[in-house]
Amino acid sequence: MHVPDGFLDAPTSLATGAVAVVGIAVALRGARRELDDRTAPMAGLVAAFVFAAQMLNFPVGAGTSGHLLGGALAAVLVGPYTAALCLAVVLLVQALLFADGGITALGTNITLFSVVAVGTGWLVFRGLQTVLPKRIGLVPFLAGVAAFVSVPVTAVAFVGLFAVGGQAPVSLGAVLTTMIGWHVVIGLGEALITALVVSSVVATRPDLVRGARPLLARRTLEIRTSPTAGGAVS
Amino acid sequence: MKTRTFLLAGLVVALLLGGFVSFYASSHPDGLVYVAEKVGFLDTADDHAAADGPMAGYEVKGVDDPRLSGGLAGVIGILVTLGLAGGLALAVRRRDPQDADAE
Repeated sequence: MHVPDGFLDAPTSLATGAVAVVGIAVALRGARRELDDRTAPMAGLVAAFVFAAQMLNFPVGAGTSGHLLGGALAAVLVGPYTAALCLAVVLLVQALLFADGGITALGTNITLFSVVAVGTGWLVFRGLQTVLPKRIGLVPFLAGVAAFVSVPVTAVAFVGLFAVGGQAPVSLGAVLTTMIGWHVVIGLGEALITALVVSSVVATRPDLVRGARPLLARRTLEIRTSPTAGGAVS
Repeated sequence: MKTRTFLLAGLVVALLLGGFVSFYASSHPDGLVYVAEKVGFLDTADDHAAADGPMAGYEVKGVDDPRLSGGLAGVIGILVTLGLAGGLALAVRRRDPQDADAE
């Protein structure tokens, strides 16, 4: 879903640039609470993994493909603020080194990926986590649902921007319906990849999954065996 | 699994995906580009300012073999991303143990 240069006019691109700058500033503040010696390398790995996964376009039929956005995945693994930074780094590298995603559209893409996709993914994930049973086994499933929702929501956000700053006299209704239609299908791939990746991390190192930490803290407090976990709490 | 082992394993998986599996990725336009083409606003896209860069389009200039060219671009992109995001995270992280997580 990388927006190229030219799809949106200059004022809209400037506005999304401002949103991106504010978003990154907020993320830099918030990420401090999420990152420590143990989770900082994880943030690097998550960004690298999202970069790799975004190269893997999967076919969704009729000559179309989709690829992971990674917003929900990153948010569940390293927390929403760090995830926003990870996605911004991925987009910066893609735009500058690989000509993927416009340079004047960088603000637009950061707004869509770091703010909308990460934000939606995290809110859906945490929302479901509060109403459903607090079980660690549910974390990959909830991440998948959050990932699914994040894709069409991000597509709608693009259409909103296109409604304001689109450069072609086309039917907005047609843009909206085709964007939602295809991105619901792409969302299924996003959900599958996200659930698979989160479940493999939960299976090996659940303590490195941000979205599982509230559940783990409870468990370690009950058992009282792990000196390292005890040290991390203090 | 030790943290170091876990991180290395994750990096190896990422490098395999970006450096090797990416060759088999679908080359069809993604959802947005497809919709833009279909609805009729794809031609409003401008040429990318970095379109002549040495790795534009995930192909390393001068490397003729497409598998090698794309794989190399993927590996470089992954390592650059890892370095930038990891470095940023290390710079931002809290170092004071008293400044504990408020959750």
